[in-house]
Amino acid sequence: MARKAAPEINAGSMADIAFLLLIFFLVTTTMDVDTGITRKLPPPVENPDEDVDVKDRNVLKILVNSHDMLMVDGKRMDIRQLKDKTKDFMAIHPDNPDYPEVTTKYIEELGKDFPATKGVISLKNDRGTSYNMYIQVQNELAKAFNEMKNEKSMELYGVKYTQLVDDKKIKVINKLVPVRISEAEPEDIGGQ
Amino acid sequence: MARFKLKKGKGMPGINTSSLPDIIFMLLFFFMVSTTMREVTVRVRQKMPEATEVQKLEKKSLVSFIYIGEPKNSKLYGTKARIQLNDVFANVDDIPEFVAKEREARDEADRKFITTSLKVDGATKMGIVTDVKQELRKSGAFKINYSTRKKVEKQQ
Repeated sequence: MARKAAPEINAGSMADIAFLLLIFFLVTTTMDVDTGITRKLPPPVENPDEDVDVKDRNVLKILVNSHDMLMVDGKRMDIRQLKDKTKDFMAIHPDNPDYPEVTTKYIEELGKDFPATKGVISLKNDRGTSYNMYIQVQNELAKAFNEMKNEKSMELYGVKYTQLVDDKKIKVINKLVPVRISEAEPEDIGGQ
Repeated sequence: MARFKLKKGKGMPGINTSSLPDIIFMLLFFFMVSTTMREVTVRVRQKMPEATEVQKLEKKSLVSFIYIGEPKNSKLYGTKARIQLNDVFANVDDIPEFVAKEREARDEADRKFITTSLKVDGATKMGIVTDVKQELRKSGAFKINYSTRKKVEKQQ
């Protein structure tokens, strides 16, 4: 006895089911990639009264007030000049009293001494500063350090810092160009 | 009747739709792979500032989010900037507990890699952000990320 062939399943509604699933995923998921500026906060200070002594020439003081105006080392400055000022300040100027002190730093990986600046960027903002302005300042500082890293990497390895693959090389560059941004302890001034 | 039959013979043949489910499934898989589930409903306004020197946040599972900004429903919650943790509005004092809970939820080996992403509206004043940062410092969540959109730099 010949078996009757099983009737074919109607797949016409398959597209509708798939559409339903697709729309569900479109609605419940987001596609945005999270990007941002990564920073490391310092651990809390144990004795708030105890100030760490840093020589005046080693610090670049950046102040942002509640009107989003920028003051760098006592002078008003436009945000567009901040990057170059930072780069100039953090560059190595031996025996120049206008710039931070220069020491030598031994880099293990290369087995050589390198000149290193003692400069620190000090950033202080008001409670009334807008977040937009704060991010712009952080961005300019990040840009300055990234450019310095790129230049150092070009000089040592002939490639940009962002294109370095070797962990050891990245470590060397990070040691040679440390990102030293210090944020002052907040003071309650300016109001909201 | 004869005329109707004549017409039917001349009509266009139907388009074969048997591969339509496959196409839709392909789209579906694309969206399943490239997107992430929405976890919280953001109740504050979020217009992120723009920056050029941004890094991508890696390992989404090790990131906890703090949202700060003006409430979207200003009739109900006013226009003062608020902090949102998970799904509810919170105060600055709630942050240590939030950090502890986030830490608890992760594997012990991963705890030191937790990044706190601050999603702050651009128009917010720094006062509240500074308070949050101080609280995070006290709770030991040192790795933070200021969430910003990537600005495309104009070629000059």
